[in-house]
Amino acid sequence: MTIIDKPADVPAPRPDTDSGTPLLEVRDLHVEFKTRDGVAKAVNGVNYTVSAGETLAVLGESGSGKSVTAQAIMGILDMPPGRIPKGEILFRGEDMLKMSEEERRKIRGRKIAMIFQDALSSLNPVLSVGYQLGEMFRVHLGLSKKDAKARAIELMDRVKIPAAAARVGDYPHQFSGGMRQRIMIAMALALEPDLIIADEPTTALDVTVQAQVMDLLAELQREYNMGLILITHDLGVVADVADKIAVMYAGRIVETAPVHELYKRPAHPYTRGLLDSIPRLDQKGQELYAIKGLPPNLTRIPSGCAFNPRCPKAQDICRTEVPALSLVTEQDGTELPGRGSACHFWKETIHG
Amino acid sequence: MGRYVARRLLQMIPVFLGSTFLIFMMMYVLPGDPVRALMGEQAYDPTVVENIRHDLGLDRPWWWQYGHYLGGLFQGDFGTEIASKREVADIIADAFPVTIRLTLFAFVFMVVVGIGLGVVAGLRPDSVRDRGLLTLTLVLISMPSFVLGYLMQYIFAFQLQMITPTVQDSESFGDLFLPAIVLGSLSLAYVARLTRTSMAENLRADYMRTAVAKGLPRRRVVGVHLMRNSLIPVVTFLGTDIGNLMTGAIVTEGIFNVQGVGNAIFEALTRREGATVVGIASLIVIVYLFTSLLVDLLYAVLDPRIRYA
Repeated sequence: MTIIDKPADVPAPRPDTDSGTPLLEVRDLHVEFKTRDGVAKAVNGVNYTVSAGETLAVLGESGSGKSVTAQAIMGILDMPPGRIPKGEILFRGEDMLKMSEEERRKIRGRKIAMIFQDALSSLNPVLSVGYQLGEMFRVHLGLSKKDAKARAIELMDRVKIPAAAARVGDYPHQFSGGMRQRIMIAMALALEPDLIIADEPTTALDVTVQAQVMDLLAELQREYNMGLILITHDLGVVADVADKIAVMYAGRIVETAPVHELYKRPAHPYTRGLLDSIPRLDQKGQELYAIKGLPPNLTRIPSGCAFNPRCPKAQDICRTEVPALSLVTEQDGTELPGRGSACHFWKETIHG
Repeated sequence: MGRYVARRLLQMIPVFLGSTFLIFMMMYVLPGDPVRALMGEQAYDPTVVENIRHDLGLDRPWWWQYGHYLGGLFQGDFGTEIASKREVADIIADAFPVTIRLTLFAFVFMVVVGIGLGVVAGLRPDSVRDRGLLTLTLVLISMPSFVLGYLMQYIFAFQLQMITPTVQDSESFGDLFLPAIVLGSLSLAYVARLTRTSMAENLRADYMRTAVAKGLPRRRVVGVHLMRNSLIPVVTFLGTDIGNLMTGAIVTEGIFNVQGVGNAIFEALTRREGATVVGIASLIVIVYLFTSLLVDLLYAVLDPRIRYA
């Protein structure tokens, strides 16, 4: 008798998602927080879409609303003080904001997973990593403790943690920073979700480990054909892995573009400023450019374009009228797919 | 771990010797004389008193008396009471089980109610029920246990006549109910506050956000991830508090006439029975030492970041 080899565990092909609806669509999302100083408007009308297999990078300074948007998608905002006065978050065409808490819980972790910035504080210090990984299988799939542990070891192998079987009972503090972030990734990956939100996944890591972790994330994303939202303020990280970029400022998207286009020809003065402030070898010895001023206080966002007090090109219209995110075209009027800029003077910025 | 335990056990020896010595010296320098106390108001012959004192070794210097006492102690002899001629070991054997029962009763009460209240308040910091708990615990903390004791006695025994004012049978759990509540209420307030603060603080921790993002049911997020972290300081407090409950029982036992160590030590003090006082106090010291060792070991079990070498 021959023993038929069990087919290797190949991730099941995803159900066809090209039926017109993207995986995730955020529509005119607003989030505000009640604070002692008044209402802080953290997100003011964000729109973006992510399809299966696509990587969207959300770029912005601290306080630009990129993390808050992600938390709103995950449904892990602290409410109160947080509030979503307006907007829709469509996951496969269904508005998650209208779902019951239980329906949303079932999506969390299983369909949409999140990777957090600081893996040490984001993992529970008193539970073994095997337990924390296995919990995904026990809660969502109802596996036994033993099976869950076996799956946890598989997962740790999957994210290339050496000696996974021996380390499954170890605690988060016994791992190095890079290994801990791999565990976070493994946890997000456990149930092969459709979408992963990575909130500054490499910020707490040193540069060599950053590259390893990003490569791993990109590799796994390709393999499972997942959608990925990569939140970062590191322009270097974005260039290698992202398909498209959304730049956020004061709770709004100020520019969207396919990744390489943005680097070549930014269409918003803020993006231009960000790119100019990357240290470059050929400008060694010169003073590093910095965008002057500070991000606005979210309880008192400047009227008109929120960037106007810091913008080198600001005119009177910038102080009175909020620029809409308008399509960006070539000089001759041919459309540039996927590009948009919320600047009154995008033409001058991109072509000037 | 084994070496750590061994070291801790060895450390207990000087602590035990030191504490017995201190208590012994306090009894020694206390004015009054057990033999005189024995004679009471009746006229007595000074030579008789002197003879008894000589027989008991009370005319010897303090270091001889202490050495003599320790020598007996190491042979398992707690000494004998002067007035009643009872073995101190017998008195302890009678009184300790009662106090242990009372303490355990109070302990269970404060653990269940204290942690329960703390959890209820801690899950919603700054809500009405949180403020309510803070007020209640403030009242309990600032009220001395004898005030609370007499108050309870007045309400439940004299006004409502639900119970007898004092405990009739120190072996009965029903009778010990009220004393246990009075005894446990101070610690209960501390436990509730500690649980509440610990929960409220951990509620904002990053790993809690992760637990929610994993799609775990709220029951599990709170019951496993939050509680497991929040109860670590509470357990530490509970362990060291067992000793406090036993000493706190002295007042409570007095109010409710419970025949435990509190009563025994109080009576012995008034009659200047040094052997009884030192014996009971030393036992309480030992209970303290062992519970704190137990807590330290438990701490390492609860928090994997702590390791003893």
